[in-house]
Amino acid sequence: MRRTPFSALLLASLAVLAASCGGSSSNTTTTTGSAQTASCSKATLELTTPGKLTIATDNPSFPPWFIGKKADSPWDPTTTPTKKGYEAGVAYAVAHKLGFTDQDVVWKVQQFTQLFKPGSKPYDFDINQVSYNPKRAKAVGFSNSYYDVEQAVVSYKGSKIANAKSLADLKDAKLGYQIGTTSGDAINDTIKPSQSANVYSDSNAVVAAIKAHQVDGVVVDFPTALYMSAVQVPNGVIVGRLPSTGGKQEHFGLVTSKGSSLVVCLNKALSELRADGTLNQLQQKWIAGGAPVLS
Amino acid sequence: MNDPGRASRILGGGAGRSTAIASVSTLVVFGAIALIVVNSAGWPDVKEAFFNWDEFTYSFPKILSALKLNIEIFLVAEVFILVFALAIAILRGLPGPVFFPVRLLATAYTDVFRGIPTILVIYLLGFGVPALQLSGVPSSELFWGTASLVLVYSAYVAEVYRAGIDSVHPSQDAAARSLGLTRAQSLRFVVVPQAVRRVVPPLLNDFIGLQKDTALVALLGPVEAFREAQIISAADFNFTPYVVAAVLFIALTIPLARFTDWLIARERKRRLAGGLR
Repeated sequence: MRRTPFSALLLASLAVLAASCGGSSSNTTTTTGSAQTASCSKATLELTTPGKLTIATDNPSFPPWFIGKKADSPWDPTTTPTKKGYEAGVAYAVAHKLGFTDQDVVWKVQQFTQLFKPGSKPYDFDINQVSYNPKRAKAVGFSNSYYDVEQAVVSYKGSKIANAKSLADLKDAKLGYQIGTTSGDAINDTIKPSQSANVYSDSNAVVAAIKAHQVDGVVVDFPTALYMSAVQVPNGVIVGRLPSTGGKQEHFGLVTSKGSSLVVCLNKALSELRADGTLNQLQQKWIAGGAPVLS
Repeated sequence: MNDPGRASRILGGGAGRSTAIASVSTLVVFGAIALIVVNSAGWPDVKEAFFNWDEFTYSFPKILSALKLNIEIFLVAEVFILVFALAIAILRGLPGPVFFPVRLLATAYTDVFRGIPTILVIYLLGFGVPALQLSGVPSSELFWGTASLVLVYSAYVAEVYRAGIDSVHPSQDAAARSLGLTRAQSLRFVVVPQAVRRVVPPLLNDFIGLQKDTALVALLGPVEAFREAQIISAADFNFTPYVVAAVLFIALTIPLARFTDWLIARERKRRLAGGLR
């Protein structure tokens, strides 16, 4: 009986203590201004680090998006910046358009999941083959397309789908894809296989599964398919490209924090790069190759 | 609560007044915490990212149906773990110099499999073994994923069993042997039954862990509840599906947790009764 009021008092005082702690730390408001005009000079941009353009991508970053020191090798964003690969090329081209020099560009490693965590972000934009969709756009900011992407099926010589000529030939295949990619939609909506597809955490696991012959084929975006079939999968083949899901052109966008004022400027830079042929040149340079479209 | 003399111990015991005080202090504490969270600057963002009702209702049925695979893996793995682990524990406890290599192997097994991160075991067996392309060896990722869990958890559970076996007083074995039971019979009828009964609560503790670790099998490709949550989360850029998965895993483990509590209470009662006899 005597004990209870005391412990209640203790609890109440703890609560007060907790309240006072919470109060002091909850003052940091991080709202990015939206009423900014579209003057996209280096000086007026709202940047994570003033004077620097902080660009994020995952580690490792694979060809043909980023290419490391050796040909066909992935790039580690914590090492010397690479200017080789399509996304590296786009990132630097955008930086130049906004008035930054190569030295002003700072790279930051961000895993896919970190892109959509709530709160402030430690980068200005992320470039990591992120496909736009309306639900995602509720959580982050998206630029317009810097690459219009198609999905493709990768298999190995001798598999039961290596010589598939149509979507119907893929129906009975065991397929796999990497989580967070739209390749899953391509499988479920376009191929509609009889067996449910396997899902992997990262592209290394996708490659491991096809090496272990646990899947007949994997669906990845077409440029990745070029690299995967040529370098990563022994006896790899591209079975073919897939028609776009639901007739909608899929595209990759640069990702910013939600409501970032930078999006306007990124779009301006990208449309200039598209108009002057830079994007096209970069594609010709880094993403070369073809494969039939399956129907 | 009809009998005031038998009020809940958790609520403070005794008269209604302390119950009231307990209720008020609980309200104050949790109310204060809730107020701090809800009034924080980032709360609207966090609420949108983690507690989005539309996302919750959209993902719930999908994740629930994926949970079936977790339960299947768990049930199959549990049976093998119970048997393997007991075998290892008994091997490790074999007396005499002849059995030294056996004891050494059993010890090495528990050391190695408790020491290696489960993720590595799963990758190594799930991707590595099938990649050898040996004929007759299954390449199914579900098979190897479950096998990895059995190997890892057997190491933990073997130690639990061993603790139980060690806790049976040597006089029990001595008495059994003096009655003419062989070493094996003494183990089978005297030592192991007592040992297992004592370690049921920690065993169930490990199985609750196993229920959650079934999610690791997803690394090899099969889509279970956690992976399904991850798929939806990555597609929609929202963390609410993970909250759904958490709710389902809690719903799965709470019955087991209460069952464990009940077993502990029953064991305590039984021992006290024995002491008074």
